[in-house]
Amino acid sequence: MSNDYGILCCGAYLPRLRLQRKSIAAANSWFAPGLRGLAKGERAMANWDEDSITMAVEAARDCMAGRDRAAIGQLVLASTTHPYSDRQNAGIAANALNLPSALGVLDVTGSQRAGTSALATALASSTEKEILVAAAEHRRTKAASPQEMHYGDGAAAILVGKGKPIARLLAAHSETVDFVDHFRGSDAEHDYAWEERWIRDEGYMKIVPRALEAVLKAAGAKPESVTHFCMPCTLSRVVPAIAKRAGIAENAVRDTLGTVCGDTGAAHPLVLLVHALQDAKPGERILVASFGQGCDALLFEVTDAITQLPARSGVKGALARRKEEANYAKFLAFNDHVVLERGMRSETDKATPLSTLYRNRDMVTGLVGGKCRACGTMQFPSGRYCVNPKCNALDSQEPRPFSDVPASVMSYTADSLTYSPNPPHYYGMVQFEGGGRMMADFTDVDAVEVGMPMRMMFRIKETDPARGFVRYFWKAAPA
Amino acid sequence: MATGIRDKVVILGMGCSKFGERWDRNAEDLMVEAFEEGLKDAGIERNQIEAAWFGTAIEEQHVGKSGVPLAMTLRLPYIPVTRVENYCATGTEAFRGAVYAVASGAVDIALALGVEKLKDTGYGGLPQRGRGGLNNFYWANISAPGSFAQLAAAYRAKHRVDPKDLKRAMAHISVKSHDNGAKNPKAHLRNKITEDDVLNAPMIADPLGLYDCCGVSDGSACAIVTTPDIARGLGKKDLVAVKALQLAVSNGQEAQFDGWDGSYFATTRAAAARAYKEADIADPRKRVSMFDVHDCFSVTELVTMEDLGISQEGKAIGDVLDGFYDASGKIPCQIDGGLKCFGHPIGASGLRMIYEMYLQMQGRAGDRQRPDPVLGMTHNLGGFPAQNVSSVTIVGRYGA
Repeated sequence: MSNDYGILCCGAYLPRLRLQRKSIAAANSWFAPGLRGLAKGERAMANWDEDSITMAVEAARDCMAGRDRAAIGQLVLASTTHPYSDRQNAGIAANALNLPSALGVLDVTGSQRAGTSALATALASSTEKEILVAAAEHRRTKAASPQEMHYGDGAAAILVGKGKPIARLLAAHSETVDFVDHFRGSDAEHDYAWEERWIRDEGYMKIVPRALEAVLKAAGAKPESVTHFCMPCTLSRVVPAIAKRAGIAENAVRDTLGTVCGDTGAAHPLVLLVHALQDAKPGERILVASFGQGCDALLFEVTDAITQLPARSGVKGALARRKEEANYAKFLAFNDHVVLERGMRSETDKATPLSTLYRNRDMVTGLVGGKCRACGTMQFPSGRYCVNPKCNALDSQEPRPFSDVPASVMSYTADSLTYSPNPPHYYGMVQFEGGGRMMADFTDVDAVEVGMPMRMMFRIKETDPARGFVRYFWKAAPA
Repeated sequence: MATGIRDKVVILGMGCSKFGERWDRNAEDLMVEAFEEGLKDAGIERNQIEAAWFGTAIEEQHVGKSGVPLAMTLRLPYIPVTRVENYCATGTEAFRGAVYAVASGAVDIALALGVEKLKDTGYGGLPQRGRGGLNNFYWANISAPGSFAQLAAAYRAKHRVDPKDLKRAMAHISVKSHDNGAKNPKAHLRNKITEDDVLNAPMIADPLGLYDCCGVSDGSACAIVTTPDIARGLGKKDLVAVKALQLAVSNGQEAQFDGWDGSYFATTRAAAARAYKEADIADPRKRVSMFDVHDCFSVTELVTMEDLGISQEGKAIGDVLDGFYDASGKIPCQIDGGLKCFGHPIGASGLRMIYEMYLQMQGRAGDRQRPDPVLGMTHNLGGFPAQNVSSVTIVGRYGA
């Protein structure tokens, strides 16, 4: 691999809510007493208006902060919980990120290795344009399952390309073995898992070391040279055991973030990688491994350029942005596990006219408004006539995205009347820096006051359960 | 050169149904109830009506579209019937059509009728509904209380008002309206309430509680209008004339441009200025005898008093708490009980407001009668503070 190709930068996103494991156990241990032993810490819990696309977009925004999005030639979305089987999920994300239409995309799925396989493939390319790899999961688990305790929701994004990489790939190796530790059929909701002891003994302990040995050999690297070993695993003590078997130092084994985040599925190896990059120093080596019907192993060397990387939220910022959620019933409701009396106000038909959506996709999915060429007024939405009463010029608007523009609250309310999956529904007028304003739904809020700084976030506006369609838009959240 | 509407058109007759939860009545029954009273009051036969304007806003829940339901229900003799809708200002919009038809000289006698039957929705409040094609993609998930509640946050911030003082003024407004509605046999709610009732009520949309919000109801009201000469010729006495009829519609400035701070209605200010000019009123606080404003929410009434220039900007709370707007005050507001006590059958409300002004001018307002009113004003607003239609109508003694 050439020295100027590799990981250019990275980002991550975790939902704000942290479901307390002891709340899950309190509700379910009457049925499954074993859950009490798992009731430590907290797991990231998506809000009702988040899915793997919205979380991937937020991770991508964190990654791309300050960078030119027009340099991206391919967007790859990896997940085992894509909202659509046949509608380009990465295409929705590309629209939200206002990427140019001259763009290749891939939706990668199929196993817990989807994220690392996507990343390895990007690193093996040698294109002039950049490749943005995002992995995200909105996990689906049965009530009272160990998975419900272990899993978490989240996303990470890695930008690969030519330039001054912060980490170069030394070698990658994949083992593919149809070892079915768990499976989920195409039409199924939840995972079906086999015995954990067998998964550990026949799966992890036999397959992963083989991949690690191979990747170290391919790189000509000694296991002692690994500074950060990143591998998700919900089984206790398995990662240190694998490290020991591979000759990797005990103190190189990184926290799987189980107690503060939970296992974010296909995203998790990349979440751990981003977390490591936020700690790593030039010259250190990061070994990332993922497990899912085989093992991907990627060995990176961190470069000097990492010291120049502009600050970002990443995993550390995402971990710090947290709100404890002790209401397990709310988790069940957000994940459609209970039949809630949502009331007649929820019964409106949410059919989406696809032709209208298409015609207005930049405004709706990209939050693109306008800047008037004649008078400079920023406005959302952008109308045929400029909104400035001293201007009113016709067709004078330059497209201008508002998604990254800081905003503040001009007025607000907490509405207990309108239907919301998470009442009361907060919304209000937000004023954008530099001009422009909109009446926006708020999300991730507790208390609001006039003047509060806000940032726009990509979220689900409405779902249409009758037709299985998800409508996206942007909402204001506390900055 | 246009000379405005002042004293060109008078009200020949008006009718108003009982407003409320009229479970046993279709919209058509309510239309007939208002029309029968209006015809008798006007002293004419139906075939003297030459054109009609029909106001309904949520027609998909009752009569359906076009002017046909009015003609079918009232058996109008193949005359023009125009259905109009302008959010909650629909009633006033119907009145406008009829008044302009007469003022233009196109017809001698015209009818304006508004009706709404909202109690087939299945739950309280306005029906949750689509906002229209593209709007559904990006409009915030708003309700009427939530949108208007934001006036409070913005007003408080601008005038540095303690939230408790604002709540008390809002409570006084609702208590005052209920005191008036108690005297009105056509109102839906006729109970008196106390300030404590209002302050302790459950929250609907912070800071609006249950008693800060008007309910929805079923109802209909109508007006038959003509020229002063024709009215006199038909024996009508104490003519009540239209002095001003103004509407202002948002154009995106409040919702998208800088400058509007969320604490007032730019549209009401624009319409009021034109209305006072049209009616030749230099100082409304001195000349207006009484008024009905669009009290969908108590905070709307509060800021509207400033937008109409009756209270100075920032001073409405003081005026309210001083009792300036009470029935016994200087300029009674909602002397009939307002939307608060009538509820808000959207198409009818604007005409119900004019009905009370008309009765008052004619000395027929019973227990609510104020001594010698000369000019009555109505304000009828639809939409949301950032995006709305606002109408200001002034009626009064012909020639005054």
